[in-house]
Amino acid sequence: MMNNISTTMTTTPTKAPAMNEPKISARNVQVYYGEKHAIKDVNIDIRPRSVTAFIGPSGCGKSTFLRCINRMNDTIANCRVEGNISIDSENIYDPKVDPVQLRAKVGMVFQKPNPFPKSIYENVAYGPRIHGLARKKSELDDIVSSALQKAGLWGEVKDRLDSPGTGLSGGQQQRLCIARAVAVSPEVILMDEPCSALDPIATAKVEELIHELRENFTIVIVTHSMQQAARVSQRTAMFHLGNLVEENDTDKMFTNPDDQRTQDYIMGRFG
Amino acid sequence: MDVGFIILILAVLAALGHVVGRRRALALAAKSGVKLHSLPGYYGQTVALFTAVPAFVVLVAWLFVQPGIVESRVSGMIPDSVIPEGGARSLVMSDVRRIAGGLDAVLARDGQRGADVPIEALDFNNIRGRLAEVGVALGGDVPSEVFEAAKAFRENSRTGNLMMTVVVLAVAVVLGMLAYRRIEPELRARNISESFVKSLLLGASLVAILTTIGIVGSLIVETFEFFQRYPAQDFFFSTVWNPQFRGGSDLGILPLLWGTFYVSIISLIVAVPLGLLIAVYLSEYAGPATRGIVKPAIEVLAGIPTIVYGLFALVTVGPFLRDWLAQPLGLGTSSSSVLTAGLVMGIMIIPFVSSLSDDIINAVPQALRDGSYGLGATQSETIRQVVLPAALPGIVGAILLAASRAIGETMIVVLGAGAAAKLDLNPFEAMTTVTVKIVSQLTGDTEFGSPETLVAFALGLTLFVITLGLNVLALYIVRKYREQYE
Ligand SMILES: Nc1ncnc2c1ncn2[C@@H]1O[C@H](COP(=O)(O)OP(=O)(O)OP(=O)(O)O)[C@@H](O)[C@H]1O
Ligand SMILES: [Mg+2]
Repeated sequence: MMNNISTTMTTTPTKAPAMNEPKISARNVQVYYGEKHAIKDVNIDIRPRSVTAFIGPSGCGKSTFLRCINRMNDTIANCRVEGNISIDSENIYDPKVDPVQLRAKVGMVFQKPNPFPKSIYENVAYGPRIHGLARKKSELDDIVSSALQKAGLWGEVKDRLDSPGTGLSGGQQQRLCIARAVAVSPEVILMDEPCSALDPIATAKVEELIHELRENFTIVIVTHSMQQAARVSQRTAMFHLGNLVEENDTDKMFTNPDDQRTQDYIMGRFG
Repeated sequence: MDVGFIILILAVLAALGHVVGRRRALALAAKSGVKLHSLPGYYGQTVALFTAVPAFVVLVAWLFVQPGIVESRVSGMIPDSVIPEGGARSLVMSDVRRIAGGLDAVLARDGQRGADVPIEALDFNNIRGRLAEVGVALGGDVPSEVFEAAKAFRENSRTGNLMMTVVVLAVAVVLGMLAYRRIEPELRARNISESFVKSLLLGASLVAILTTIGIVGSLIVETFEFFQRYPAQDFFFSTVWNPQFRGGSDLGILPLLWGTFYVSIISLIVAVPLGLLIAVYLSEYAGPATRGIVKPAIEVLAGIPTIVYGLFALVTVGPFLRDWLAQPLGLGTSSSSVLTAGLVMGIMIIPFVSSLSDDIINAVPQALRDGSYGLGATQSETIRQVVLPAALPGIVGAILLAASRAIGETMIVVLGAGAAAKLDLNPFEAMTTVTVKIVSQLTGDTEFGSPETLVAFALGLTLFVITLGLNVLALYIVRKYREQYE
């Protein structure tokens, strides 16, 4: 099963980055919704094979910035992005880059679980199918089962792959969405408040899963829960009113932040 | 008294009740120092509702019942001897009603001239001339019994009206007073007016439901009548439709059903692909500005009267198809054809498919599209593999609604496909449908009693059952699909 993933990785050749080189680096990023300036001059480096958490009060632009990283903002009519974001030193806003291809490399998990109204199997097989990752049915079966295993869902659904994905519980649905993203073997996975619709037990499962995925993927997660940021991430970035106010090691951020606004936010004084 | 006038009085009484009720509530509360349970307006409303609503219900009920009673009483006065041979009592009764109406007009005119003639003074001899003066032309001679019956009819109606006025106003006043007397600060006026409103709304929906039941009931009765005179298995299974004036008709529904089916299928073949493509374009590709223009423009198609489509079929499409397709291919020489009607009807039902499907596609949550884009799918992949499958049940519902519309269509078929009942596969042949034959069996000089006429009800009932089935199926599918996202 692993060789499936690795063969597909070689079909989209990318420079393997050294450990100290950033996976994603953003320079002077500005985002406008029409007249509204939603992201103001953000610069950030995101390390490979680690978890970076975005925190900040509601409406500060976390989702907006996250959606820049796989160009999902292109689907919003009045949204305009300026500046430079590169993944593996390649500018993703370069006109040569096909946003559709980019999104196969940078997967996304949304706030509310959004499984397609199809079977569990078809949900996971959807991405590999459109990207032609499997030549035979058996290869597709392998991709599906390995993705479900990575998402920690295999044991719960292996006997009912043909039943609808919408029939799963909320937490299972969210892990199905993670499996769906993992199935196209992305390099980066973006998660926008993946646990906000889940109960504590389902949340714990997803957090555990994020922990394991870190070995193979670069993960960026938006969260409103300080505890969650502290539990799952190595680096944390604090946004406020469209500005990136601080980016630091998670441990330092939650014990001794450099910026007063971060301190206030973590202490629950605003937002 | 005039019904409109009674209603006006009721309205005035209700308004009065509102004012005094409100005032009494306020006064009582001030006197006893108890806080009112509801806002003062609700006490007024309670009095107003008790004044107007029951009285109004009585009024409506009375208007429904009275004519039947009067008629049955008067009908007894007409001996069988004055009913002409081969005619019916109901025809004589309609004469009675006309004469009674004419008498009123005569008296009103005399009243205007200042000549106050009592009704008794109108005698049988001068009445024909007098009635003609006010525009009521009587056919042959009016037997004196009929004239007497008309007078009695008029008297009875007048008495009935008077009683109605008294009863209605009495109900209004008595109930209004009772409600007024019952006002006290603890009275839950707000809850009372709430339940009144509820029953009012229920009543409104009952009117619609009862009307439907009435229509279906009368269809069923007449159809039953038809099957007494014509064997049901011939109606349902005979392949010949050939009505005769002198009896001995063949009234098989199959050729008509086949025509209906054939025309509808062709129209769906036209409308479904076009409508779906339009819907996908509107919901997924068109910007808000384009959509704001294109969608209403397409919906205009649904607002064109079907007779106009029929003319279009008759004058343009039919001859065109005949000259360019049917004759060169040697398939027919008729300008009315199934294909003509089907094509034109297809254009007519495009908006049913496109607008409904557009709404349904729009209802597919954006989150599903985002999910698909997030996996690196293109827009058309997303539409084909996520959006359309998710919307499919709803789209099927939309198509079924369009189909039931096509099945019930008449005008386009008369003008486009002709009126010849045939079982044929050639789309360039003239054929006809159930609806067209319903019309043609009922127009002209008809007698409600022969199978040739009654068959229209059987046809109507069959059609009703088919379209009802389609509608129920469509609604079921649409509803099931709605639950999917909730
Ligand atoms: N499609 C849009 N059109 C216009 N303005 C938008 C749009 N999406 C977001 N915004 C605005 O951009 C700003 C940032 O929004 P964003 O969704 O990124 O906030 P967020 O940090 O993710 O908030 P939350 O924590 O509530 O999810 C907000 O002020 C929001 O109103
Ligand atoms: Mg957000």
